[in-house]
Amino acid sequence: MEQQCWITTEPLEIEEVTKRVIRREAGAVNTFIGTVREFTKGKRTLFLQYETYKEMAEKKLEQITKEIEQQWPSAEVAIAHRIGRLEITDIAVIIAVSTPHRNDSYEASRYAIERIKEIVPIWKKEHWEDGEEWIGDQKEVRPGVPLKEEIK
Amino acid sequence: MNTLLFFAGLKEAIGTDEVRLAAAGMTLGEVKEKVRSEYSLDQVNNCMMAVNEEFAPEDTTITEGDTIAFIPPVSGG
Repeated sequence: MEQQCWITTEPLEIEEVTKRVIRREAGAVNTFIGTVREFTKGKRTLFLQYETYKEMAEKKLEQITKEIEQQWPSAEVAIAHRIGRLEITDIAVIIAVSTPHRNDSYEASRYAIERIKEIVPIWKKEHWEDGEEWIGDQKEVRPGVPLKEEIK
Repeated sequence: MNTLLFFAGLKEAIGTDEVRLAAAGMTLGEVKEKVRSEYSLDQVNNCMMAVNEEFAPEDTTITEGDTIAFIPPVSGG
């Protein structure tokens, strides 16, 4: 079986992700594409540098797809994330969700991107005209353990 | 021996992405505190911790060969 979740330094192709979830049972394929934004609160970004703990990050992406398949049993999910240097408008992440009916595909897609921002060890560094900074928005509620994370 | 992994801003602050430490028998919280005090880095306090590629609570006891990762606030997507 093809990998449903992966991390790569190569440019992401939308069809590479959507083709993994398109199937006869699905009436909806929701595709979320996260791109590199030039301006954040008036500040110009020149480019982003993404870094990952790849072995763990791919496991956590797989975990997100399993969480979705538990909550929306008819859903199929594929997720690809790019790392390395990304320029403005480059695609950083693609999430494709297919479901029999559209409502579930929207909800599950939203769930996936929010969970990526909580539990997947990927970091981005913003490079501006006058400096650089690692961005991070921790969601943990217990020391050392992120929100909703189940310890196995 | 155990391997400690650092990423993103923490990696830059410590100056390396990997440190070897004999941590067997220590708790994850003790390892975290040791790194915080040794490098005088309070940003360690903001890290989530993982053992062998899974998030783990700070009362986890480290065993020989475990890989311990310091996970600063993530920002994927």
